[in-house]
Amino acid sequence: MNIPENLKYTEDHEWVLLKDDTVTIGITDFAQSELGDIIFIEFPEPGDTFEDGDSFGTVEAVKTVADLFSPVSGEVISINEKLEDQPELINSNPYEEGWLVKMKITDTTILDNLMNAGSYKDHLS
Amino acid sequence: MRYIPTTENIERDILENMGLDNFDDLIKIVPDKLRSRLDVGIGKPLSEMELLNLSNSIAETNQSAFEKINFIGGGVYDHFIPAAVNFISSRSEFYTAYTPYQAEVSQGTLQAMYEFQTLICELSGMDASNASLYDGASAVAEACSMALAISRKKKIILSSLLTPQYQDVIKTYMANRGVELLYIPDNNGKTDIDWISSNLEDAACVIIQSPNYYGQLEDWSLFKEKMINSKALLIAVSNPLDLSIIKSPGECGADIYAGEGQSLGNAMAYGGPYLGLIATKTKYVRKMPGRIIGKTTDIEGKEGFVLTLQTREQHIRRENATSNICTNQGLLALRATIYLSLMGKVKYPELAELCTYKAHYTADKISQIPGFSVQFGNEFLKEFVIKCPSSAKEIIRMGEEKGFFLSSLAGDQTDRLLLIAVTEKRTKDEIDMLIDFLSDPVTN
Repeated sequence: MNIPENLKYTEDHEWVLLKDDTVTIGITDFAQSELGDIIFIEFPEPGDTFEDGDSFGTVEAVKTVADLFSPVSGEVISINEKLEDQPELINSNPYEEGWLVKMKITDTTILDNLMNAGSYKDHLS
Repeated sequence: MRYIPTTENIERDILENMGLDNFDDLIKIVPDKLRSRLDVGIGKPLSEMELLNLSNSIAETNQSAFEKINFIGGGVYDHFIPAAVNFISSRSEFYTAYTPYQAEVSQGTLQAMYEFQTLICELSGMDASNASLYDGASAVAEACSMALAISRKKKIILSSLLTPQYQDVIKTYMANRGVELLYIPDNNGKTDIDWISSNLEDAACVIIQSPNYYGQLEDWSLFKEKMINSKALLIAVSNPLDLSIIKSPGECGADIYAGEGQSLGNAMAYGGPYLGLIATKTKYVRKMPGRIIGKTTDIEGKEGFVLTLQTREQHIRRENATSNICTNQGLLALRATIYLSLMGKVKYPELAELCTYKAHYTADKISQIPGFSVQFGNEFLKEFVIKCPSSAKEIIRMGEEKGFFLSSLAGDQTDRLLLIAVTEKRTKDEIDMLIDFLSDPVTN
């Protein structure tokens, strides 16, 4: 199971990468392998704002649909439009090409509540 | 299905086997306060012949639209149903109330539903329709649920001129969901468009019916213009027959179309079953409730029909689903498909025009009767409101004696208004008889 050291993780199996005041959010390698072949992402729209814990979209696989929960409070600034035609990129490359949304956040301390790679590994086992 | 009633001997055997003395012992686990003490009042047991006589005598007290001259509308309309609709829909290959559980085995049924969806898309100008819902009222309420899910807002703005039953069903659907309902006031028979601009903030949707409950046409595109900077969805409600001659919801920029499909070859039948229509834009298709039939090709390259987008809602998302409707109104949707196929693209709008001409003829004649007037303007199709010089209830009662079915207007406190619908079934003679009656209700 691939769990990059430079990312933060949530209990809902999402990863978060902070750069300045922008976070990139995706789902983990574990999540994509549990879901199976992903066929559709329901995205929020740029400009939408979410509170930490809100559902901001869904991931639809062949046999299941999972809600996406916002790990932070902030405003969506972009979505990975490439996934609209190639949702399978989440299966093949969940941490890079398979990113979901970028959000602008005001309070970066919220990331302190998230797990680091070591804790997420423990969480999985 | 066999029906064999339990004889006293069988009942005694069963109770003995269970170690009980009588039937009351069997159900004593049901707490006393939950037991009904209601006397259902159906009298003593009857023989088959006696029962048949009794039910026939009760049925004879019914007043049928086949015997009266019917001018009642308000969402359900007295259109002619060609015999071929009954004949084709009752063929044993077709005759079922539902999409079958092993749906893909029944390719013929799925093809009919697919064609139904295509017809509804053509009428509504939308990208995608489902295979139908329960009725018009629940279709409008389901459209609201879609808008709530898409917009993630909790405010529904609806025209107060939406058919009253639809308003009631929306209220029931939304009762425990923390949703605010805001009603757009009526401005001389039309929805007050100027009202919406200042109330759009945080709205999930705006619901506009055209023609509205009073029969007056509304312009969806003007509402859409007002909503241009809002995330609220425009839900357009209309009757399919009217859609054949007015600019479609799709052309006017509506996001969801919802309506009642009874007029498509289905009987009025004392209030149901009816046929719910819903259609939307491609980008919202995953939020659309119910069953959707898609066309595909099998591994041999042959065309086939399948249930589509099944994962998204009922099977997986369960309590998180936008809707829990998992079925459709199969038989009525089939009848609608047959009806529209028989009517055809040219004749169907002509039918709408015919109803409109007859309604305007009726309205003109009524407005010439001293004391009577047509409320609101001339922008109506087959239905309009008239103002009477005396009690509307009394006119309805006397009309019934003289062989007419007439209807008051819901919410009319003045007891002076009638809602008149004129379909192709009303002949000139019948309309003239109504005029004579209204001219002098006592003697004519």
